[in-house]
Amino acid sequence: MKRIVYREWRIAPERYWGILAILAGVIAIGGAAALYMEHEGHWVTGMTNSVVWGMPHVFAVFLIVAASGALNVASIGTVFGKRLYKPLGRLSGLLASALLVGGLLVLVLDLGRPDRLVVAMTTYNFSSIFAWNIFLYTGFLIITVGYLWTMAERKGNPFMRPVGTFAFLWRLALTTGTGSIFGFLVGRQAYDTAILAPMFVVMSFAYGLAVYILVLMFSFHLDERPIGERMLKRLKNLLALFVGAVLYFTLVYHLTKLYGAKYSDVESFILVNGGIYTFLFWFGWVLVGGLVPLGILYHPERSKSASWVAAACGFVIVGGLAALYVIIIGSQAYPLEMFPGQTVIEFGLPGDIGGTVAGYAPSFPEILLGIGGVGVAMLITAVGIRVLQFLPESLADQDVDPHAMARSAG
Amino acid sequence: MTDTHNDKETAVDNGRRTFLGGAVGVSAAAVAPGLVLHELAQAAPRTEPVTDLHRWGLLIDTAKCADGCRACVEACEQENGLNLQTRPEGADPLKWEDQRAVWIRKVKVQDNISGHVTNLPLMCQHCANPPCVDVCPTGASFKRADGIVMVDRHTCIGCRYCMMACPYKARSFIHEKVAEKLTRAPRGKGCVESCNLCVHRLDEGDLSVACADACTEQGHGAILFGDLKDPNGPLRQALRAQPSRQVRENLGLNTGVRYAGL
Repeated sequence: MKRIVYREWRIAPERYWGILAILAGVIAIGGAAALYMEHEGHWVTGMTNSVVWGMPHVFAVFLIVAASGALNVASIGTVFGKRLYKPLGRLSGLLASALLVGGLLVLVLDLGRPDRLVVAMTTYNFSSIFAWNIFLYTGFLIITVGYLWTMAERKGNPFMRPVGTFAFLWRLALTTGTGSIFGFLVGRQAYDTAILAPMFVVMSFAYGLAVYILVLMFSFHLDERPIGERMLKRLKNLLALFVGAVLYFTLVYHLTKLYGAKYSDVESFILVNGGIYTFLFWFGWVLVGGLVPLGILYHPERSKSASWVAAACGFVIVGGLAALYVIIIGSQAYPLEMFPGQTVIEFGLPGDIGGTVAGYAPSFPEILLGIGGVGVAMLITAVGIRVLQFLPESLADQDVDPHAMARSAG
Repeated sequence: MTDTHNDKETAVDNGRRTFLGGAVGVSAAAVAPGLVLHELAQAAPRTEPVTDLHRWGLLIDTAKCADGCRACVEACEQENGLNLQTRPEGADPLKWEDQRAVWIRKVKVQDNISGHVTNLPLMCQHCANPPCVDVCPTGASFKRADGIVMVDRHTCIGCRYCMMACPYKARSFIHEKVAEKLTRAPRGKGCVESCNLCVHRLDEGDLSVACADACTEQGHGAILFGDLKDPNGPLRQALRAQPSRQVRENLGLNTGVRYAGL
């Protein structure tokens, strides 16, 4: 195997600055949206006292989950010793940090009092999973930076494996923590199950890898660096495996809920008569995010095409956002069941929804804030690969695949 | 020459004297009220520390809760300044009803088999094991020693996790700018709040809550306020006299609000 050479992203300056300008514009719009919501108050959003977490949480949770998933690529190389993945490690670390920063920004800017962030950083209630997550997130950033150092600096190389293993375990804890934010909510019918934690871990594998592959393809394509067939095949097979695993966990999650009679109402809401949520579950989560990409990735011809693999990644991301929309918002829209065996006829004033499905329509500022977070993640990545040596010069089969070398030698 | 100089040095500079006098006066005027207030605060502590000798709670007799009566809701709105909330210009009226803060609601439920209709007020249930307190990252959502569950508005960051965790939909987020509020019930945009059993009354030694008072005034007497720890108090006596239960008893939260006839 040849020595891997990493080089800065050497696309034409006008193109690079053009990309940065677009991302800066997206971020500025997102920032303005956050400022508007903060100035007016949350009444300008679609959120209410029934649906208290809206579109910003969908984006934030997606980015945070994808962040830990993006780091997997590095783990496969260092922790599990797959040499083919070694050249992918640096970008994996960078993208993981970038996605996490983007997600956290969205989360923080959606707080009622973001100006009190210092309170959140200094006053802790350790029975709260949120408080634990503050440590898990900041720890993740620090560990990932350390991990990148061991990958990039010769003096750090000997520590790569232990640090990588630690980072891998930490990221498992992080996604478990994110899933548990929902899973431990015993009062809500759609949550209250431990399976949400491992389901979020598997989702992170799929969404993080999909984002990773897209970023890798885009950056390599612009800089005319090659990605070998074998590398593409390995990545797409891995993605297919993770997408299949998400579908499996989705099935088990709903079977668990369906088995208990007390959850049959919320299940029929999500699966049968929940309107937009039912549509997003079947069409978004299962079809676009699951079956379609599986069909592409296992198709004998299409799976060999980089464009089709990129399309599959796009589908996985869209399906992931749909899945989180159903999990986060659908579960809040469904009324809390407080009086078993009784039907709620009135619940406060008209419009004060308790017994019926709560309405929620995402407002523009919420969506723009979410997209702004994506912009931040992409901006960090773009600047990172431009100024530092994150990207390998080539991922062509003969450069990274020892078997290909052996074959050509034989 | 020297003499003249000495004369100048010993001569009184009236302008400077006036300035210094004025400065002392202004400083005294600025500091004095603070000192006086500090003295007042030191001299007369408003309350003794809250102890766990009491656990405040309610018993709701749903049989006495009248259909169509909103006396408790209106009393609560008055008492805690909830009626001062104004719909922001341009806000959708129906959506606003689910965005404005509500501490107590009139709920009507019908039994699926018998068709029997029950009316009841629903507010924060003041759980002994409150999920909202467990999940709050900063500890702003807290339970006092006397069982009252409330929000510290100085440390609430508006994350709304407590609202996700509350099984009773008892909490409200302040979605709008607050123009008017009462001193006894401070309110601010971006924080969460809920029923605090009229804590300002209790801390002044007035052992009553606005909703129960209003219900009694209406002649219904469906809400009884009292001390769950006082074995001979009216609340415990009433609880002994009739069967009661907790909403979502299965969660094992040990609520401070109990319902008879539900």
